[in-house]
Amino acid sequence: MNAPAFRASPLPTLRLLTCGSVDDGKSTLIGRLLFEQKLIYDDQLSALERDSKKHGTTGEEIDFALLVDGLEAEREQGITIDVAYRYFATPARSFIVADTPGHEQYTRNMATGASNADLAIILVDARKGLLTQTFRHSFIVSLLGIRHVVLAVNKIDLVDFRQQVFSEIADGFAEFAKPLGFHVIKAIPISARYGDNVSSKSERTPWYEGPHLLEFLERVEVEDESRAAPFRMVVQWVNRPHLDFRGFAGSIASGSVRRGDDIVVAASGRRSKVARVLFGGEDVQEASAGDAVTLTLADEIDVARGDVFSSPDSRPEVADQFAAHLIWMSGENLLPGRSYLLKIGAKLTPATVTELRHRVDVNTLEKLAGKTLALNEVGFCNLATTMPVAFDPYAANHQTGAFILIDRYTNETAAAGLIAHGLRRATNVHLQDLAVTRQARARLKHQRAAILWFTGLSGAGKSTIANLVEAKLHARGVHTTMLDGDNVRHGLNRDLGFTAADRVENIRRVAEVARLMTDAGLIVLCSFISPFRAERQLARELAAADEFLEIFVDAPLDVVMARDPKGLYKRALAGEIKNFTGVDQAYERPESPEITLRSAQDSADALADQVVDELAKRRFIDLL
Amino acid sequence: MLRIALKAFHPAPLPFPLLHVDTTWKFREMIAFRDETAKRLDLRLLVHTNEEGLKRGISPVASGSAVHTQVMKTEALRQALDKWKFDAAFGGARRDEEKSRAKERIFSHRSAAHAWDPRNQRPELWRLFNTRIKPGESMRVFPLSNWTELDVWEYIRAEQIPVVPLYFAKERPIVERDGALVMVDDDRLPLKPGEKPQMRRVRFRTLGCYPLTGAIESDAATIDDIIAEMRSSTKSERQGRLIDYDEQGSMEKKKREGYF
Repeated sequence: MNAPAFRASPLPTLRLLTCGSVDDGKSTLIGRLLFEQKLIYDDQLSALERDSKKHGTTGEEIDFALLVDGLEAEREQGITIDVAYRYFATPARSFIVADTPGHEQYTRNMATGASNADLAIILVDARKGLLTQTFRHSFIVSLLGIRHVVLAVNKIDLVDFRQQVFSEIADGFAEFAKPLGFHVIKAIPISARYGDNVSSKSERTPWYEGPHLLEFLERVEVEDESRAAPFRMVVQWVNRPHLDFRGFAGSIASGSVRRGDDIVVAASGRRSKVARVLFGGEDVQEASAGDAVTLTLADEIDVARGDVFSSPDSRPEVADQFAAHLIWMSGENLLPGRSYLLKIGAKLTPATVTELRHRVDVNTLEKLAGKTLALNEVGFCNLATTMPVAFDPYAANHQTGAFILIDRYTNETAAAGLIAHGLRRATNVHLQDLAVTRQARARLKHQRAAILWFTGLSGAGKSTIANLVEAKLHARGVHTTMLDGDNVRHGLNRDLGFTAADRVENIRRVAEVARLMTDAGLIVLCSFISPFRAERQLARELAAADEFLEIFVDAPLDVVMARDPKGLYKRALAGEIKNFTGVDQAYERPESPEITLRSAQDSADALADQVVDELAKRRFIDLL
Repeated sequence: MLRIALKAFHPAPLPFPLLHVDTTWKFREMIAFRDETAKRLDLRLLVHTNEEGLKRGISPVASGSAVHTQVMKTEALRQALDKWKFDAAFGGARRDEEKSRAKERIFSHRSAAHAWDPRNQRPELWRLFNTRIKPGESMRVFPLSNWTELDVWEYIRAEQIPVVPLYFAKERPIVERDGALVMVDDDRLPLKPGEKPQMRRVRFRTLGCYPLTGAIESDAATIDDIIAEMRSSTKSERQGRLIDYDEQGSMEKKKREGYF
């Protein structure tokens, strides 16, 4: 999906990102660049001249900032244009400019623009010097792995073209940027408004001996690190049109591959040799980073979408736990412990943030303690995936080190992630194979293990019904145990409160304990309000496939409020209890529970019978 | 886009069919090219027309561009996607074409009613596309988002891809309306008093419904000529698309309603 590579120009397309607020002259600079490449069409130019006289801030001259006024107007209408892409070309090179207007969502938008950029232009107003936002822009640029930076010291005309002002800013930036790992920092004094050093050398800065901005952009070589890196290819699709052909299609993420090379499937460790390399439908000897190819292998080994091919002598890490920076992009805060979908390469797997190690203040780079991440916040986290994934640190390989988190219910992209390193624990702790199986333990009890997960509003009758069910099962000789919300909070989870984050952790612990008990062959009754679908889903995923029964104790809010057996609704409505489900925290109804009990209509005893009957029907009990 | 898809899936055949929403007002040469291409490459071509719109007598001539586009293109496309239950549709749209296209994602999410919500788009980082949808929802996918018009022609030249002859300059019967050069492609175009088709040397940069598509005067008869002309052009590509101008914020409005 990159820009096409067939152009005649000697250098590849340069993808650049512009950072700076409107006041720094970013719009004027982009407008000026487009204008001087004759990319403003006749009709637009005549409109621009007219508008400049009417709205402009430049007197009789053309105000180039008005070229992007479309964006401004749209923002006034409430439409967020997060990233706009602009295209221009000179005889020497083609450019794609990612322009990220808007102040509110700056971190999210800048990160999006930066994720595919080779170079960043950071604008500074010569009169104001380096500001907090300069630091913020530089940090995000550095975090996303951009190694080439132009420091455009703009409005140099307004400081009388003084070399000293320029030098102080350039030196100050070089000092500040030391820990950010930039390979090239090019400071250029410009005036976007008058065009000094934009696309021609200015005579008003005789002390500046370097190239003008466009000249620099045309010539800069952003060393393509992906070509030099070890071979990686993510399998996007298994191409199997007939029995005689089985190929693996995908884009080469880094390095190169030749016919006859040894390769390995990272996660499984299976090896083979490359039999054919198909590129654009034709056999070729070799292909390299960026090429979309289809490989065939010498051996029939198991390969599926999402697998990563690599060279055998330099493999990616494979782990189910790793540490990563997260840039939070959703209006709904991060909840550690909640199950998200993680997409890395072409692989999609459930994942949870197991620990938020610290948040990062994007203005000062300070590490802050925190329990959650809100929109536009950056944090450093530990994550766990349900199956091992192959990856490289982001710094070593952007394509195999980046991931996104997807909210499981809204499907929105909740976060962007950059992997720092695998966690040793994950690579070294192997699951112990047990000699007596869980099925064997259950068989001894003439039953199948199960988790009966009662969910519903406080006062719906969950615990009452669960107690009756357990009594009835016990009478039949079924081995059971009970995990009750209130009781668990007196022991196992007494360190947890009722915030959304704590509720998630509460459920995670209970689900883990319940699973251990099913290993013992028990039928485990869990009675928890568990208001969030995502957490019930997490509990379901921890259990074996057919051993989890979600039982929705459904009672209307007005009924449970009227019942109010513990007097809790009264106190919540009075504001004495915060985060009370049904009052000031939402209850997300189950979408397809195995059993629904209408506790406003039937007696608890009848409902308990309904559950027991269902267990017999599903052959969990009475297996003599 | 078709060429790239064929290459990507080689040696397997294209795993998806091609869909054309036919308003019945497309250029005849374009339809001939469509059918010839599908036959030559042995592709599965689906053609859908909004029959109900035809019955109502909707046409660019009788109903005006806005109603015609809404009924025969936007609604017809929605009907077709529903009819064959497609959960994704590729389109060749590029970000450099039009202002609201510049905001478009590569994977553009559409609600179950095919609506586009530009305020609530998923961020797209790296090459990680969030393709998750709920039942009934769909994706419009624009693989050529980052190409420019010039890129397309340079690729056509490099790959020697056949194109509709209308892109090349030729003497064609033209009437001038509101500054646009409209080709008289068949006898359905009612001529206004005083209008008389004149043979002029023109070509098209874009191909919509013929009464709604303006030609440009040009001598570019080869791909090389077209590329040379484009490099010196001072007019934008969609200037010939009269539907872009039929009301304020036109393209964005159409896209929200389900237009590509």
